[in-house]
Amino acid sequence: MATIHQQATLPELTTDELSRYSRHLILPEVGIEGQQKLKAARVLCVGTGGLGSPLLFYLAAAGVGTLGLVDFDVVDASNLQRQIIHSTKDIGRKKLDSAAEKLTALNPALNVIKHETMLTSLNALEILKDYDIVADGTDNFPTRYLVNDACVLLGKPNVYGSIFRFEGQASVFATKDGPCYRCLYSEPPPPGLVPSCAEGGVLGILPGLVGVIQATEVIKLILGKGESLAGRLLLVDALNMRFRELKLRKNPECPVCGAHPTVTQLIDYQQFCGIGPENKEEKILKNGIPQITVRELKRRMDAGEDVQLIDVREPFEYQIAQIGGKLIPQNDVPQRLAEIDREREVIVHCKSGVRSQRIAEFLVKMGYPRVVNLTGGIMAWADEIDPKVTKY
Amino acid sequence: MTIYIPTPLRSFAGGQDTVEVAASTIAGALEGLTQAHPELRKHLFSAEGKLRAFVNLYLNDEDVRYLPEKEATAVKAADTLSIIPSIAGGD
Repeated sequence: MATIHQQATLPELTTDELSRYSRHLILPEVGIEGQQKLKAARVLCVGTGGLGSPLLFYLAAAGVGTLGLVDFDVVDASNLQRQIIHSTKDIGRKKLDSAAEKLTALNPALNVIKHETMLTSLNALEILKDYDIVADGTDNFPTRYLVNDACVLLGKPNVYGSIFRFEGQASVFATKDGPCYRCLYSEPPPPGLVPSCAEGGVLGILPGLVGVIQATEVIKLILGKGESLAGRLLLVDALNMRFRELKLRKNPECPVCGAHPTVTQLIDYQQFCGIGPENKEEKILKNGIPQITVRELKRRMDAGEDVQLIDVREPFEYQIAQIGGKLIPQNDVPQRLAEIDREREVIVHCKSGVRSQRIAEFLVKMGYPRVVNLTGGIMAWADEIDPKVTKY
Repeated sequence: MTIYIPTPLRSFAGGQDTVEVAASTIAGALEGLTQAHPELRKHLFSAEGKLRAFVNLYLNDEDVRYLPEKEATAVKAADTLSIIPSIAGGD
C-alpha cells in the first residue's frame, strides 16, 4: 500500500513521546519509524461533531502531529447525546474552541489549526492543500461532494464516513488508483428525501463506531500498513450488529477521477444538490407548494383566522412539544385523508419543514386545492415565536 | 432471494429490513419488490424507469452496474440484492 510520507527525514521523537507511545513502538506495524510518520502527518478533519469527535480524539491520542479542524458551529445541548468531544459547560461555545481545548488536554504536543469557516468552493482548495489526508465528518450532501472533488483535484485521500439512524458507511476515496465518492454516487438524492440527523434521528453511539473506523483508516494510510478500505464500502448496521462489505470500483467515466474528467474545477455544490438560493420574497414556492413562515402563522392565529394546522410528526414528538396542530403522523396521512378538510386551506407542519413539505406535495397530488408548508417547522416556532416550546 | 432494504426506504416497504422475492434475474427481483411495495418504485426509479443515481444495487457484494449483463443477470435463491442509497449524516 502506498505510504503518505516519502520524505527523507522524519521528525525525531522526544523522550516524552517515546514514553507516551510505548504501546505503539512495541508493535511491528508501527515502531519508531511509524510513530515518526504519525508525528509528521497533517490531517484535516471537516466537522467536529458526531464523526469528528471520536476521530479527532483518537488521532490526537495516536500522536498525529498536526490536526486541522473545520467547523463554524456552536455547541448545542442536543449535540451532547453523541458529540463527546464537547461538554455541558461548552454549550453556546464555538465547537472549534471546545474541541481544540480537549484535544490539547489529551495531547499537549498536538498542533491544532482551526479553520472557523464553512467549507466552500471558494476556500476548499486553499484550506485542503496543506494537509496530507482529509477525514470527512460533515453532515450534508453538498459538502461531501465538495470535499470529494477537492480531494481528487488535489490528490489527497478522503477518509469517508456517514451515518443515518443506526446505519453507517465507511470507505477511503480519492486514492491514486481507487474510486472517489462520485464513482459510488454520481448524483445526490433530491433535497428532503434523506433526512439529516436532526430530522431522522441518530443512535448516539453510531458516529462513535464509524468515526473510530475512520480514524483507523487515517492511521493506516499514514503508516502505510494493512489493507485500507479503498475500493470497499463498509456497511455498519448497529441495530443488528452486522458488518458487511461491498466492492467499490473506480468508474472509468467518472467526471472527476475518470480517464477524461469533465469536472476540473470546484462547482456550485448547493445547486448540484438541488438546493436553491434563499428567496427573501413573500410568496415562496417550493416544488409548487406555497411556504408560510412561523411569524405569518402566528399572525393568522392571533387574528382569529381559520387555521387548519396539520402536524405530521410522530406521537412521541407531539408529547415533547406541540403548537396546537392536529396530529396525523406522516405515514398515516394516506389513510386519514377524511380528517383533512378539503374545503379549507391546509397548513402542514413537522419538526423542521422537510417531512411536511413532502406531505404537502402528496396532498396536492390528492387534489387538495390549497395546501401550504410551514417553513422551519416547530423548531422555527421555538426559535422565533415561543422559546417555551421545547426543542428536541 | 433476499433483498436488503436500507433504512431510508423501510417505511415504503412496510417497515421491513429484508424482503423475499422469487425471481430468476435481478430485474425480475426488482419488479417483484415494487409489485409488492409500489411506493418504492418512485424512490428507486426515475420516470423513465432507470435506477436513480443516488441508489446503488449490489448482487451479493458486486455492483450491478459492473456486471456484464447488469440487471439481466441471472440470480440464484441464495443470492442477495442490496439497495444502498447515499446517506450524509455525520453530525
